[in-house]
Amino acid sequence: MSPVVRLLIKRIATSFIVLVGVSLLIFTIARVIPGDPARIALGPNASAEAVEALRDKLHLNDAFVVQYGYFIADLARGDLGQSLYSNRPVTQDIAAYLPATLELVFFAGATMILIGVPLGMLAARYRDRPLDHGIRLFTMLGVSAPDFVWAVILMLIFAYFLPIFPIAGRISDSFAVPPVTGFLTIDSLIAGDFAAFGNVLWHLALPAFALSFAGIGQSARLTRANMVETYRKPFIEMALAFGFPQGRIARRFAFKPSMIPSLTVIGLDLASMLGNAFLVEQIFAWPGLSRYGVAVILRKDLNAIVGTVLIISAMFLIVNIVVDLLVALINPRIRLSQRSS
Amino acid sequence: MTAPTLAIDDLRLGFRGWAGTVEVLHGISLHIAKGERVALVGESGSGKSVTARLVLGLVQELRGARFSGRMAFEGRDLGALSRREREALRGDRISMIFQDPTSSLNPVYTIDTLFHEVLRRGAPGIGAAEAREKAIAALADVAITDPERVLRSYAFQLSGGMNQRVLIAMALANNPALLLADEPGTALDVTVQAQTLALMQSLVARHGTSMLFISHNLGVVREFADRVYVIYKGRIVEQGPTEGLFEAPLHPYTRALMAAVPRITGEGIPEIDEEQTGFYDPLVAHPGYSEAELRP
Ligand SMILES: Nc1ncnc2c1ncn2[C@@H]1O[C@H](COP(=O)(O)OP(=O)(O)O)[C@@H](O)[C@H]1O
Ligand SMILES: [Mg+2]
Repeated sequence: MSPVVRLLIKRIATSFIVLVGVSLLIFTIARVIPGDPARIALGPNASAEAVEALRDKLHLNDAFVVQYGYFIADLARGDLGQSLYSNRPVTQDIAAYLPATLELVFFAGATMILIGVPLGMLAARYRDRPLDHGIRLFTMLGVSAPDFVWAVILMLIFAYFLPIFPIAGRISDSFAVPPVTGFLTIDSLIAGDFAAFGNVLWHLALPAFALSFAGIGQSARLTRANMVETYRKPFIEMALAFGFPQGRIARRFAFKPSMIPSLTVIGLDLASMLGNAFLVEQIFAWPGLSRYGVAVILRKDLNAIVGTVLIISAMFLIVNIVVDLLVALINPRIRLSQRSS
Repeated sequence: MTAPTLAIDDLRLGFRGWAGTVEVLHGISLHIAKGERVALVGESGSGKSVTARLVLGLVQELRGARFSGRMAFEGRDLGALSRREREALRGDRISMIFQDPTSSLNPVYTIDTLFHEVLRRGAPGIGAAEAREKAIAALADVAITDPERVLRSYAFQLSGGMNQRVLIAMALANNPALLLADEPGTALDVTVQAQTLALMQSLVARHGTSMLFISHNLGVVREFADRVYVIYKGRIVEQGPTEGLFEAPLHPYTRALMAAVPRITGEGIPEIDEEQTGFYDPLVAHPGYSEAELRP
């Protein structure tokens, strides 16, 4: 078995254990926060009998361990239970809201990597020169305030004072894209509606940039730091002494070794966008998982809370597995070693 | 008479820092005739590496480096070359090998990829297949018996001695006129170092490559060089033929150096801390071996 496959299996196994832990934790927390979910769901005017009946139906009167047992049994069948808020299966709700969030995070992540990493490479190659100082200023700006502050600022400037970008939503009302995947970029392309596709990108621009600005700063600074470190290595001196072209050194011979330490952190940044997206979604009225998440927390909708958290954790873990695999692919020491990491 | 492969005249170098300029080279002159192996010997920090890097044009790219003097490669004034022309010499007409072969090879690329890049310096459009063929031949030349496996490998999969052979093969692959060897293989164990040096010696002799051999290992220098320059704190203090210089050192610093080195092991130069009287005495050239006499 190749070391990469072994690594993959190991990571999936540990991720699974983490998920079980997270489920137990959130399952407990959801039940510890005060308030009776049945009462909240039925409203103040419901009779005590009705509330009691719902509590029974939700197994809320059983011992905690029994409740968790029901939950795991359902989960094994891919069932996260009913939402008391939407009266639909939680899985259906998540399927409806998750694509909007993933689409936003995907574009924010792509922006972060496609802008941040090249900026870091440029800063490292022209270190201590004006370009480096300029990039440092820009990236400091990015990391100096949290995403949601940038969301508000960008919205005020580029949607309110200068109405270049839309202020809210995923797509203008004048477009109708038949839902297939829930990702409007993909669905509009499937429909062959390029005007709608453009409209979707136009709506994505501001929230995606706001969500990625700190990440751009971080990944640029990290890339720069690691590349400057690499430029001091004897193998770069060798490359220079052998006259390898400076551009190829920057893009290949210094870049690839530098990405090994950078990738893990950039991957974490990417994964953390899933959480940060909550506030950015609120600001841009983005119909994603945050809208659902906030609503179900306020209503103490146990199944929905647990389901939402589990899905986000799973996404987080998937991103981490992908990053670990990428690191293994560019680092021959891991790829070729018998024992991983 | 043909121009020497390398001629350096009154080379001075300083590094500007916030505490003022630190002078590192105080006007050194040396030359290497075609096919000659010349050693530059001195303790750590005396300015050997910066001299080699100046020849390659690497120091010139550092900010804060201030230098003057003349360097000519095969009669061409290096100072008059454009940056592009200077870069074009590297890895093609002039190449260099370093102390630690394993860390000199990029850890995330196979020897194959690196060799292709090296061969591109001599033949810009060379394809992967042709490069592999040439690399295999070059590796066979440095007595590597399974070049295909070595090419597929990463440096960390190979022994230090093997990597040293790979670097020697790379350095000579484009048939350079000048090889700069900066304490080659010092990081290797003594036997392996001796083996690879012997190999390098025979290859350099076969190709007629001129060589600047930088070392602080007097034993190796004695065995390896035709001529020796001794450098002390950025000044050449003595120059002469290898045997003559080792048999009868003339300059007080060289004498102190020889006296301090255990003859039998021939290990590296110990730090001679105290500046004993005469260390700053002017340059002594052995009869017939001054720059003026050797370079009409
Ligand atoms: N980039 C640099 N900036 C400042 N000082 C330097 C730099 N490179 C070398 N030096 C100084 O130049 C002197 C000679 O260095 P070097 O040529 O590396 O010595 P060695 O003879 O051991 O090879 C040392 O004192 C070193 O500190
Ligand atoms: Mg040195």
